[in-house]
Amino acid sequence: MASLGSTRRTFAPWADPTARPYIRFENVTKRFGDFTAVDDLSLTVYEREFFALLGASGCGKTTLLRMLGGFEQPTSGRIFLDGQDLKGIPPYRRPVNMMFQSYALFPHMTVEANIAFGLKQDGMPKAEIAERVAQMLKLVKLEQFARRKPHQLSGGQRQRVALARSLAKRPKVLLLDEPLGALDKKLREETQFELVDLQYELGLTFIIVTHDQEEAMTMADRIAIMDKGKVLQVATPAEVYEAPSCRFVAEFVGSVNMFEGTVVEAGSAARLRDRSGAQFLVADSGDASPGDTVWLAVRPEKLRITRERPSEVENALEGEVWDIAYLGDMTVYNVKLADGRIVKASTINSRRSVEDALTWHERAWVSFLPDAGVVLTR
Amino acid sequence: MAGTWGRFNIASLVLGFAFLYLPIVLLIIYSFNESRLVTVWAGFSTRWYVAMLGNRGLMDAAWVTARVAFLSATVATVLGTMAAVALTRYTRFRGRLLFSGMVFAPLVMPEVITGLSLLLLFVAINFDRGFATVTIAHITFSMCFVAVVVQSRLITFDRSLEEAALDLGATPVKAFFQVTLPVILPSVVAGWMLAFTLSLDDLVIASFTSGPGATTLPMKIYSQVRLGVTPEINAVCTVLIAIVTVGVIAAALVNKRREVLRRREDMALVASA
Repeated sequence: MASLGSTRRTFAPWADPTARPYIRFENVTKRFGDFTAVDDLSLTVYEREFFALLGASGCGKTTLLRMLGGFEQPTSGRIFLDGQDLKGIPPYRRPVNMMFQSYALFPHMTVEANIAFGLKQDGMPKAEIAERVAQMLKLVKLEQFARRKPHQLSGGQRQRVALARSLAKRPKVLLLDEPLGALDKKLREETQFELVDLQYELGLTFIIVTHDQEEAMTMADRIAIMDKGKVLQVATPAEVYEAPSCRFVAEFVGSVNMFEGTVVEAGSAARLRDRSGAQFLVADSGDASPGDTVWLAVRPEKLRITRERPSEVENALEGEVWDIAYLGDMTVYNVKLADGRIVKASTINSRRSVEDALTWHERAWVSFLPDAGVVLTR
Repeated sequence: MAGTWGRFNIASLVLGFAFLYLPIVLLIIYSFNESRLVTVWAGFSTRWYVAMLGNRGLMDAAWVTARVAFLSATVATVLGTMAAVALTRYTRFRGRLLFSGMVFAPLVMPEVITGLSLLLLFVAINFDRGFATVTIAHITFSMCFVAVVVQSRLITFDRSLEEAALDLGATPVKAFFQVTLPVILPSVVAGWMLAFTLSLDDLVIASFTSGPGATTLPMKIYSQVRLGVTPEINAVCTVLIAIVTVGVIAAALVNKRREVLRRREDMALVASA
């Protein structure tokens, strides 16, 4: 099978059966009163991995992180770090550090004192503390801000101080709770790459919590997609996008066209009949068998939009151009089918001008290849 | 100016301030009266201030009051802060409502009842009334004021600051003293000052719980006034007003100065950036 998407570097301990998991959640459940925040969840994270917990607010991702940090105790289940059961170990004795969403910088201390705080707690000699603080300031490029107070810094600088402070103790694992949430878009994108480089250089394990799928995909080696306290899929960004495990994942990550239908023929040249009666040829029907109700998920960029029906492609639907969103790098067409369903198709604007482009209310065909979509059974 | 203010507003302002401060101004003026008769003006003099300093009973009472106020305010601040921390921190424990109700009930409890119940307690356990009992009584009723002041600050305190301290290896006790306390310190100081003034001017509870040799200044003033107002009392009261006024103005100035310094620092940084 061809590899999905593009890979950043060859780092895949999860694919190696002999690799030892570094962090292990074993059937962890956390209840707050009647509310189940984390529901019988098991998960493994490997050393030096950049792992993202992705989900909407209230899905339990932050609770999971806080349990690893020691701020919440699991109602049941166990958490292991490097072979050690973390049960009953308070936050101040765990070899993990956390970068808080609000940054939680100590307002009455200078940048220097903030970074030195954790080292002082360990009773590190003064000279060594000074050296480590200088090193950290250099790492986050804040040397000339050492004596400022947090309120005298910009949002981006505060974020760097928080990062430096949480890295100063050289934790085994760094937990990041929505670390870039308070930054504006441009700064966020720059910082994403900086964080990845930093993690790679320091050789640390990072676990990041985010609700921003782009952020997770940019930075993480693997992503766990969470909903209602459960993990729906753990996979690389490319797998999550190209081979989602269920409809929720497909719809949560990126945009998608979902065709509901029944399996007519299963196998490697499967046929589906969708609700409107149209037949689709699909390269792989997964574990669905004939008669099953399934969903065919096709990403907008894998649909082609043309004025005439393309002769060589089997899967084609006719409709009317309903809306056009020009986004600069690409254009998204919303095509309304005869039964009222809207199908999204996007095209890359590789040229500055297109002669005779499709326009509003024109008849158009959207088509896709047999391997463009994924068959989902749930 | 006259147009924006209007006669009605000026009149109500003058009346309002007169209502508040005329008695006090009169008291201050008469403390400088030459005459022994409080209501007859006989020229300017500071003789009553000299007499006040020579009045052994009055000076003893002032010393007792200062000690009681300092001690009770300090203990009340510690206990009140602890109560406030517990109430904001542990929002889910059993009986929290009852506990918070019990902490704040003395705020609305008539002083006579607080005083009487404390007196009964001290009598029941055969505790000799004096300096210690007044102090304990003052701690009891001023503690809840401290708790209210500190709690209102703690509600807006970002809990993640404390979690960050724990995360970085500080034990809960260290996290409290190195992070939480410095951040909420202004409210703790405000609570202490409130407790101090409450103790300073309390008459009712002190009367119930005091014993021989522990007469506070308000008690002394009250008992002397019953025998007739002397200009000496006016002088003592003027000194008290002066102390409180200087304290308030000093606190405001320090705050203002800090604010100005901070702003100037920020401006300089913005300019240099």
